[in-house]
Amino acid sequence: MPKLTIDGMEVEVENGTSVLQAAEQLGIEIPRFCYHDKLSVPANCRMCLVEVEGAPKPMASCAMSCAPDMVVHTGSEKVHKARKAVMEFLLINHPLDCPICDQGGECDLQDQSVAYGYDSSRYDEPKRAVKDKDLGPLVKTVMTRCIHCTRCVRFSDEIAGVPVMGLLQRGEDTEISNCLGETVNSEMSGNLVDICPVGALTAKPYEFNARPWELSQTDAIDVMDAVGSNISLCTRSGAIIRIQPRMNEDINEVWIADKTRYIYDGLKKNRLDKSYVRNAKGKLEAVNWEDAFEAISNKFKTSEKIGAIAGDMADVESMFALKGLMNEFESNNLDYRQRGENYDISNPAGYRFNTTIAGLEESDLILLIGTNPRIEAAMVNSRIRKTVFNNGTKVALIGEKADLNYDYDYLGNELSLLEELASGKGSIAKQLKAAEKPVIILGASALNRKDGSAIHNLVYKIAEKFKIVTKDWNGFNMLHQNASTMGALEIGFTPSKKGLDTAGMLKANMDILYLLGADDLDFSKLDKDTFVIYQGSHGGEGAKHADVILPASAYTEKHAIYMNLEARPQTSRQAVFPVGEAKADWKIIRALSEYLDKKLPYDDLLELRDSLRKTSEVFDNIGEVIPVEWSEFGKTGKINKTGLSVDIDNYYQTNIIARSSDTMSECVDAFINKDDKKVA
Amino acid sequence: MGSVRKIATKQPTEFKFTKENLKEIDAILKKYPESRKKSGVMPLLDLAQRQHDNWIPEVAMKEIATILGMPPIKVFEVATFYSMYNLSPVGKNYIQCCTTTPCWLRGSSDIVDFTKKHLGIEVGETTKDGKFTLVEVECLGACVNAPMVQINDDYYEDLTPEIMKDVLEDLASDTKREIGSQTGRVNSLSSAGATSLLKEAKKAKITIQDGDK
Repeated sequence: MPKLTIDGMEVEVENGTSVLQAAEQLGIEIPRFCYHDKLSVPANCRMCLVEVEGAPKPMASCAMSCAPDMVVHTGSEKVHKARKAVMEFLLINHPLDCPICDQGGECDLQDQSVAYGYDSSRYDEPKRAVKDKDLGPLVKTVMTRCIHCTRCVRFSDEIAGVPVMGLLQRGEDTEISNCLGETVNSEMSGNLVDICPVGALTAKPYEFNARPWELSQTDAIDVMDAVGSNISLCTRSGAIIRIQPRMNEDINEVWIADKTRYIYDGLKKNRLDKSYVRNAKGKLEAVNWEDAFEAISNKFKTSEKIGAIAGDMADVESMFALKGLMNEFESNNLDYRQRGENYDISNPAGYRFNTTIAGLEESDLILLIGTNPRIEAAMVNSRIRKTVFNNGTKVALIGEKADLNYDYDYLGNELSLLEELASGKGSIAKQLKAAEKPVIILGASALNRKDGSAIHNLVYKIAEKFKIVTKDWNGFNMLHQNASTMGALEIGFTPSKKGLDTAGMLKANMDILYLLGADDLDFSKLDKDTFVIYQGSHGGEGAKHADVILPASAYTEKHAIYMNLEARPQTSRQAVFPVGEAKADWKIIRALSEYLDKKLPYDDLLELRDSLRKTSEVFDNIGEVIPVEWSEFGKTGKINKTGLSVDIDNYYQTNIIARSSDTMSECVDAFINKDDKKVA
Repeated sequence: MGSVRKIATKQPTEFKFTKENLKEIDAILKKYPESRKKSGVMPLLDLAQRQHDNWIPEVAMKEIATILGMPPIKVFEVATFYSMYNLSPVGKNYIQCCTTTPCWLRGSSDIVDFTKKHLGIEVGETTKDGKFTLVEVECLGACVNAPMVQINDDYYEDLTPEIMKDVLEDLASDTKREIGSQTGRVNSLSSAGATSLLKEAKKAKITIQDGDK
């Protein structure tokens, strides 16, 4: 623990701390371009120079470890002069196009040149120009602005795991390039825009849209997958202009996935902004709220078999309210599993991501079963990649072969492998036994089959056999795809007391089926006489089959709680107002309950949350994970031979908002269909 | 910097190392631990260049990336960084004329001008018959015998435009020619011959070599 003095202040730091980090602990900000907290340290921009007593020259503080009794000056005349010289070199070839640059206003170079730039240039020679590169539909390049910090190169090597960026040529000809026109085919590519300290890499969908000082920020939670990435919604005059990550070391660190970031144009298209009722001719007709409620209440009077299905992006409050309403009608036909995933929902230990996302970093062996975390939960995959990259953690996969951005041991897709493992045999058994902190990640979507519960149980047996769970380590995880899943499980939006599940409801020809944003059902099995109420934000399959449509708000338009796959409840805040006549989901259900003479016992969101907390104390601890007891789950049973398959065909269009987004369909063309053409 | 540093627009579609070179690669890679075999990227690029008419096509870089288990872009980075790797076709005789200060003081500009005129090309260009490419380079470490050029693997030193003419003509007609100093200087002795420590040398019975013939 070296003790050193920085600017006259003494500080004691951990071994290996750099001078830059030590200064940060004291609240001294040192300018930098190439240094990034989450990336390796190349020390090539030289902006972070400081004076160290005894050293003949200024030192790069980002790459110099603290040593005992070091005396550092970060603000001396010498330092200032050195940094000014560095800045002058950086600006030699940097164009003066800030007024037409999207980075303007949040540009590190612009900000730091205020402190260290000369007011006029001494450079008379011609400036160089660099050809722009094609990085796909998400990242726009203006390579002349590049200052060669190599953050993007390190990001794609270290974090994204698609090493296609490089620093080519040398001297005056140096340029950042992608490998022979290969686009950055990664679901993390949007982060390149965040880490670029200048305007060389900017967001294509955000091109010339706004200036950062015009935007207001709202803290929200992403619902594109079950990870619950922390995001910041940037809005201007009532519209989402862009989405950026918000730091949360437990979940997404400082990154977010592309779907999370670039979905927002889907929020403006294809929206349901009015209530609709199907008229006698079978056509949907726009009506006001009263008429829509009237139609529903008429139907409720004559109906017995009532059921509700929640969609992938439903928030906890709306499911809670809908469950309350359904229970008033003595219906327990509730389900959130649109596609019929079949796993044990009675034991939280069996369906949670127990290790937690950050916990993955401690593990030394990860066994993936029937999952492709790269497309199912990109942030989890990025965390696995991080531990593989930093700690040399081994990864093995049983299931469909996939490109995962890191090397893994492919064991095959035969279910006999699981049976072998459960009896302590198999090629990975030795490693599992030897591992100190082994992790199993089981894909929930792979259990979308009749013997799902049996496989669930088999994996439990494997976990027991290899002591995956000990007193202070829980290595069993289930990976879910949808933001609504854990919330629904927590509040019991599940078939109980002989209630029907999704498949059962479709089979049983329900009188009324209430779809809370459920768009991915097998609508071909839906009975024609079933009266379908669709409450949601976007017009898709669900709305198409509806008899009454209730326009609801998207996730950016309501205050809501979402529970991520670790069972961590998080609150998301409203950034913009719902479109047209749309309302927050829970309000619609509450209003309807009054219309049906079954008034729910809360009048505002706070009261609703109070009753929510009474049902489950988890909601008392927003942002925290409360571990659960480990016990057996799943049902022993026969397992058929079909291999496990991940139920997702296309990363960019997994839900109705994504399917409404033009940016996402451009991504499909650029990344997914392009590969198909290559194969053909 | 000459245009040979630019990546050629016309690229071959295939590249395979010859059997002999594959053996050579095995020998090179034995020098490094298996987990660090990408350290062999520079000798492999050199092998590829020697096998492929003195320049490295993209397919060869990809081949090397596959052999060494590294991303292609990382091979590109190395190949584009070092000026001794040619990334577009060059003439059979690749003339690198040193124009750094010592050579320049001794008249390297004359050598460059003469060569340009004699071959009818500019710096960075290749003659139409494909026999010569001329580039200017920085110090090649033979300053004592300046001015000098490197043609393929060989140094030609103590040049004057007249001598350069002979060199180029011999190369054009594939006539064998002595390499090294063109004035017959041995190693890097002074051109005036030995001038100091003569007595001591005589005492120790060391034969003193002449300077220029």
